[in-house]
Amino acid sequence: MKLTVNGAVHEVESPPLTTLLAVLREELGITSPKVGCEQGGCGACTVLVGGEPRRACLLPLAALDGAEVTTVEGLGTPEQLGRVQQAFLDRYAAQCGYCTSGMIMAGVGLLKKNPKPSRDEIVKHMDRNVCRCGTYQRIVKAIEIASGTSKEARK
Amino acid sequence: MTEQLSELDLELERYELFADPIYNFTFNRRQFLKVFSGGIALLIPAANLLAQQEQGESGGPRGNQRVPNDIGAWIHIDETGTVSVFTGKVELGQNIRTSLAQAVAEELRVPINMIRMVMADTDLTPFDAGTFGSRSIPFMSPQLRKAAAAARETLVMIAAEQLKVAPAEVRIVNARFVNHDASKSLSFADVAKGQKLVKAIPADIAIMQVKDWTIAGTSVPKVGARDFVTGKHEYTSDMKRPGMLYARVVRPPALNSTLLSLDTKPAEAIRGVTVVRDGDFIGLAAADPQTVARAEKAIAVHWKTPGQAGSAGLYEQLKRDSSPSRGGSRPVGSIEEGMAAADKKLSQSYTIAYIAHAPLEPRAAVAEWKDGKLTVWTGTQRPFGVRSELAEAFRIPEESVRVIVPDTGSGYGGKHTGECAIEAARIARASGKPVKLVWTREEEFTWAYFRPAGLIEVSTGVKNDGTVTAWEFHNYNSGSSAIQSKYAFPNQNIQFHNSKSPLRQGSYRGLAATANHFAREVHLDELAQLVGMDPVAFRLKNIKDDRLRAVLEAAAKSFGWGAKKQDGRGAGIACGFEKGSYIATAAEISIDPKTKKVKLERVVASFECGAIVNPVHLHNQVEGAVVQAIGGALFEGIEFQNGQIVNGKFSKYRLPRFSDMPPVEIVLLDRKDLPSAGAGETPIVGLAPASGGAIFQATGVRVRSLPLLSTTSVLA
Repeated sequence: MKLTVNGAVHEVESPPLTTLLAVLREELGITSPKVGCEQGGCGACTVLVGGEPRRACLLPLAALDGAEVTTVEGLGTPEQLGRVQQAFLDRYAAQCGYCTSGMIMAGVGLLKKNPKPSRDEIVKHMDRNVCRCGTYQRIVKAIEIASGTSKEARK
Repeated sequence: MTEQLSELDLELERYELFADPIYNFTFNRRQFLKVFSGGIALLIPAANLLAQQEQGESGGPRGNQRVPNDIGAWIHIDETGTVSVFTGKVELGQNIRTSLAQAVAEELRVPINMIRMVMADTDLTPFDAGTFGSRSIPFMSPQLRKAAAAARETLVMIAAEQLKVAPAEVRIVNARFVNHDASKSLSFADVAKGQKLVKAIPADIAIMQVKDWTIAGTSVPKVGARDFVTGKHEYTSDMKRPGMLYARVVRPPALNSTLLSLDTKPAEAIRGVTVVRDGDFIGLAAADPQTVARAEKAIAVHWKTPGQAGSAGLYEQLKRDSSPSRGGSRPVGSIEEGMAAADKKLSQSYTIAYIAHAPLEPRAAVAEWKDGKLTVWTGTQRPFGVRSELAEAFRIPEESVRVIVPDTGSGYGGKHTGECAIEAARIARASGKPVKLVWTREEEFTWAYFRPAGLIEVSTGVKNDGTVTAWEFHNYNSGSSAIQSKYAFPNQNIQFHNSKSPLRQGSYRGLAATANHFAREVHLDELAQLVGMDPVAFRLKNIKDDRLRAVLEAAAKSFGWGAKKQDGRGAGIACGFEKGSYIATAAEISIDPKTKKVKLERVVASFECGAIVNPVHLHNQVEGAVVQAIGGALFEGIEFQNGQIVNGKFSKYRLPRFSDMPPVEIVLLDRKDLPSAGAGETPIVGLAPASGGAIFQATGVRVRSLPLLSTTSVLA
């Protein structure tokens, strides 16, 4: 089965019911999406599928033939981080960092659809992602800054 | 009463650590010399990492640990000029990798990016009791500073010789040793080259005064942060070793079960599957996760589960099964006299539920046996403790075991023990290949340990002018952390009673300080109500401690305490002390008149921990603790029945989310005149009682249990 991840086409061999999360992490060695619960409850596995944030732990490979997947590894360039990544860095939005990949992809997905979200819209969209270290305020700020809706200048 | 625990003082409620003997490891000098090939090394004696042994709050010395008399940590400047710091501390998101690096960079007068932190590797770093108890800043940091200061002096001496000037003339500018007019300079590499010096730090070495800090005291970004936003950082659960297998453990359906029958043949028949049976332990491994899952389904297994107590009747049971007294203090004054002097009396009970740590990275281990040596990568807060557990489990010497802790996806006190490491190592040994075991979220909720549940009974007397005259306080099962307060109660009888817990329990961020502050602060609110006084005024009446008063007043001021009460809203405030630092938290809630849904509208937290090392990281730690506290205060609680954790998944166990976050304002008080205390735990204790006070003011209902709302209630 063919799966495009971060622009590269892969011939994937895992069985059809393997989750996208397991395919990415174990077959393809793309480990930015994390195992948090494997029950769709925490968002640590969030990736973009066709530009939409999805929980990779709930998606079977069989449903993804020809799909285009984006993970954190596909953001930015070697010289420059993506806007959301950079904002996370500048706003100290990572503590243990385990939720960070999922948060970044959820944020990128939001800004694709809604480039200037209000704070309420950010909270509502991000609500399915858990941060147990409690960095929520800084994540919201980072997304505001990345979207340009924050009055604070980016670094 | 001690404000600072010594390095190895262990609180009574760290049950998970008392379950096994605690081993002390003497650092192997041969190993050190293997690592040290040249350059300059400054060694910190382990004994220096202990404060004076003082009496614990219980009135007696705690624990039974021998004092390690070997190396505690060290700094190495190798012949390429790289500065490496070796410490057994662990990074789990509290950012001590950054703050410890700051301390060293400061004393060496170099940019922080020149410091390489080597952490939590039992082959490379010396013994450390564990990363818990808010100790890294008060204990490890000053010692690393001394080592860095001693290193600087040593390097300056060598540089002076080479530059042919007096040592006093040498300055460090842009990481180079320069003479008075900078006409000559040497790099760190120039100075360290050809040296083979190993020195202990002099007892009297001077470190920089807080007022002269230029790196510490500033908001240096998280070291290595880029790797976390690019997905490069490898957690244990991300690791791959050549030939690695994926493992699962076959678990019984409930706690306390015994194996009745087992047929593993259908699983063994699957090609490439390893099955391990060791008593009631059943482990599986295969080259890919799908095959392991198939193997698990193929196993026929029957367990016997005994009848067990559930959540219902828990608190009565905890009291019934309790011992007379374990960790109280000697009574102060006379309760009888205190009660006789009281105008009003009050007796109340408070209950605190079991809660789960729920670290986002489930525990994981990668275990590899090679040439008689076992290496385990695992996210634990106690690499040396886990090393001992592994050595004991496999009956091999500790020197044959290496535990490496990658920067880990949080712990909050829940990752002290080595069950996952032992399980992975067992399966690896049977299969002859490296093995990765990652616990499922349901295993995380069931097979680790919880923050203890507790019943607290408080019986007090108060004068009409607000002076508390008698304070009797009994904690059943939660623990004794912060059972003593900083209030000036003249007559006290404070007791902790340990009990038989139906669930495995142990350390959790803040330990019993959350429970004890909840009961104490809510009770003080009730006393204030009894005598018709404002909660802040009432507290101030009973406080003589300046630092407690300062945080309380700062929080009240920032919050705007005393503003006119609005319909459908309420405000509450609480203050406390733990682990050398002070917190005061004020909270405002709203209650929807139609749906009765409770919402946390805003929080102000005022915190003081002596001299601040890194303001932004401290702010973030306090904020994170407040967010975590929301869960335990409002809606987290473990429900169990017949040995099963009924709500052991994220869809049922409600964690604080984006939409639960009120605006949180943090007021940090910087006391540069006081030694830096830790901040990992104390900020968590104020939110629950402040929320309780706010709910009371808004609704007239006094809730005396945590969580304050039911475990299934929803915030607006």
